Amino acid sequence: MKSVFQILLLGLVFARAVSAADLNIEITQGIDNPIPIAIVPFTWEGANAIGEDIAEVVSADLQQVGEFRALGRANMLSMPDEAAEVYFRDWRILAQDYLLIGKINHSPGSQLVQVQYEFFDVTREQKLVGEVLTGSVEQLRDIAHEISNVVYEQVTGNRGAFSTEILYVSAEFISPDLTYYRIEKADYDGHRSQILVESQEPLMSPAWSPDGRQIAYLSFETDLPRIYIQEIGTGERRQITNFPGINSSPVWSPDGTKLAMVLSKDGSPDIYVMDLMTNQLTRLTDHPRVDTEPSWTADSRSVVFTSDRTGQPQIYQVPVTGGPGGFAERLTFDCFYCAKGRFLPDGKNLVHVRRETREDNSYGIAVFNMDSQRVITLTDTSLDESPSVAPNGSMIMFATKVNGRGILDAVSIDGRVKFRLPSAQGDVREPSWSPFLN
Amino acid sequence: MGTHSMKVFKSMILALSILGLAACSSTGDEEAAAQTADTSGIDATTAAAQRAEAERLAREREAQQRIEQAALNTKVFYFDFDVSEFMASDRDVLAIHGRNMAANSGTRVRLEGHADERGTREYNLALGERRANSIRDYLVVNGASLSQIETVSYGEERPADQGQTEAAYRLNRRVEIK
Repeated sequence: MKSVFQILLLGLVFARAVSAADLNIEITQGIDNPIPIAIVPFTWEGANAIGEDIAEVVSADLQQVGEFRALGRANMLSMPDEAAEVYFRDWRILAQDYLLIGKINHSPGSQLVQVQYEFFDVTREQKLVGEVLTGSVEQLRDIAHEISNVVYEQVTGNRGAFSTEILYVSAEFISPDLTYYRIEKADYDGHRSQILVESQEPLMSPAWSPDGRQIAYLSFETDLPRIYIQEIGTGERRQITNFPGINSSPVWSPDGTKLAMVLSKDGSPDIYVMDLMTNQLTRLTDHPRVDTEPSWTADSRSVVFTSDRTGQPQIYQVPVTGGPGGFAERLTFDCFYCAKGRFLPDGKNLVHVRRETREDNSYGIAVFNMDSQRVITLTDTSLDESPSVAPNGSMIMFATKVNGRGILDAVSIDGRVKFRLPSAQGDVREPSWSPFLN
Repeated sequence: MGTHSMKVFKSMILALSILGLAACSSTGDEEAAAQTADTSGIDATTAAAQRAEAERLAREREAQQRIEQAALNTKVFYFDFDVSEFMASDRDVLAIHGRNMAANSGTRVRLEGHADERGTREYNLALGERRANSIRDYLVVNGASLSQIETVSYGEERPADQGQTEAAYRLNRRVEIK
C-alpha cells in the first residue's frame, strides 16, 4: 500500500510533463519451458469502464522476463473474478500451474479505483496472496506492475523489477542542420514516456541517482560537453562542471554521496570523483591515454573503467581511495575491444561491450564471470552498446541498430530471453535502468 | 605508442624543413641567373626580361595564393579507423592553416572532433578529442597559438553521414575546422 501511495504522489508531479511517443515491446526470444500461468481478465464494477487492461499488462510483464507463459483468453473454461468462483480443475485440465484473478471497483464520482486481486497455486489448490490496491485511473498500470512484482516474487523468490523505469536518449533527425535530442523517461516496458530534457545540441549519458529522484547527464547546450543534474519532479537543473575539455560520463555512487565522471582538463581523459556535498574533486587515474566510462562497485569503494593504455580499450578497476597513484587492476584480457564494464548486483559478473577480434568487427553485450573466468556473449546484433542492468539483476537493456535505426533491446542475464522496444520515431539509445523505485 | 608517434612527428617536421629549404635555394638560383642576364644584355632586352621576370613572379605568387586559399578552404580532415593521428597527406594543408593563424593573430578556430558509431559512445567521445588535439598540436607547431584554438569532441553524436557503410564511417571519422 505504501508503494502505491508513493506512486500516487509521483503521478501528480508527472501529470504536467510532456508525453512522448510510447515504445512498444516485442518479445523476440523466449525459453523452452516457461511456467504456465492463467491471468483472467479483471472485471470492472461501477462507473465508466475506462483505462488499462490490468490482466494484459501483467501478462506482458511476466512473459517479457521469459520465465512465464500466459494462457490465451480464448482457451479459458471459466473467468472467475473472486475466490468463490474458482474451480481448480478448470485450470488443471489446461495444465496451468498458477492462476491470477481480480476485479476493479470504481465508485461513481470517485477519483480512486480499488483493484482486488487473488493469486493461486493450482497444483496445491491454495490461495497464495490476495489484497486490495487503491489508486487513480491513471495509476492502473502502476497497480498492474505492482501485481506483477508480487506474482513474480511468489513464484521465483526474487524481487520483481516491473515498477522500475528507464531513461534513454532519443534523436530525431530533421535535416543535416537540425536534430532534436531528448532525454526521455518511461516505464521499464517503454510505456508512458515523458520528455525530461530537449535540446538541438547532443545529449548523452543519462544516469539515475540511487534514490530515483534526480538524473545526471551530459549536454552540449553551451557548445561544450558539460555535466548537469536535474530534479525529475520539479525539472529544476544545475550545471555542475565547467572544466576545459571533455566533462562526461557522470555516474552516482550507490551511496548517493559522490559522482564519478571523466574530465580531460589535465590533458587526456581521466576518471575523477566529485563529492556532491563539498564539490571537491578526487582524481582516480592519471594516464596519457584515454580513461573513461566509470561505473561503481556495489560497495561504493571501487570504480570500474575503460582504458586504452595498452593500445585497445580494456576494462580496469581502481579503488576510490587510491588517488592517482592507486593501482588500476586490469580485468579483461582476451578480447580486441572490451569496454563499458559494470558489475551485476552479485559483484562477480561483469557486463560489458565486447568485440572479440579485430577481424570480426562486431560489438556485442557479454558477461564475464570473475570467478570462473568464463565469458558468455548474450547478443547477436553487431552494433550493441550501453548495457544497463535491472536492479534485480535479471535483465540487461542495451542499445543496438536495426535497419539503420537505434533501438533498445533487453536480454536476460543467461541470454535465453530477449525483448525489444521499438521506437515510434527517430533513434533511441543509451538506456539507463532505474533503481527500485518502490 | 606515444614515443612512436613522437618519432613520426619529428621526422615529419624534418622532412618539411628540408622541402622548405630546397624551395628557397632553387628560387635563389633563378634570381641569380636573372641578374646575370641583366648585366650582359642591351636595354630593350633587359626591359623585356624584367617584365617577363615580373610576370613570372606574379604568376608564382598567384599560384602560391591559390594553393594557400585552397588549403584554407579545406576544413574537414578525415581519419583512419581507430586512429587519432591525422593523415600524412593533410600535413601541407594543415601547415598552411597553422602559418596563416600565426600571421593573423586575431584568427580564432574551433576544432570539432568526431568518430564513427562503432564502439562505445563515451570512448568515441575521447577518440574525437584525441583527433582534434592531434590537429591542434600541428597547428601550434606551425606557429598558431594555443589561445587561438578551442577543441571540442562530439564523439559519434553528430555523424556527417547517417549510414552504416564503410563509406559513411569514413566521412564520420573527421575533424572540422570552424
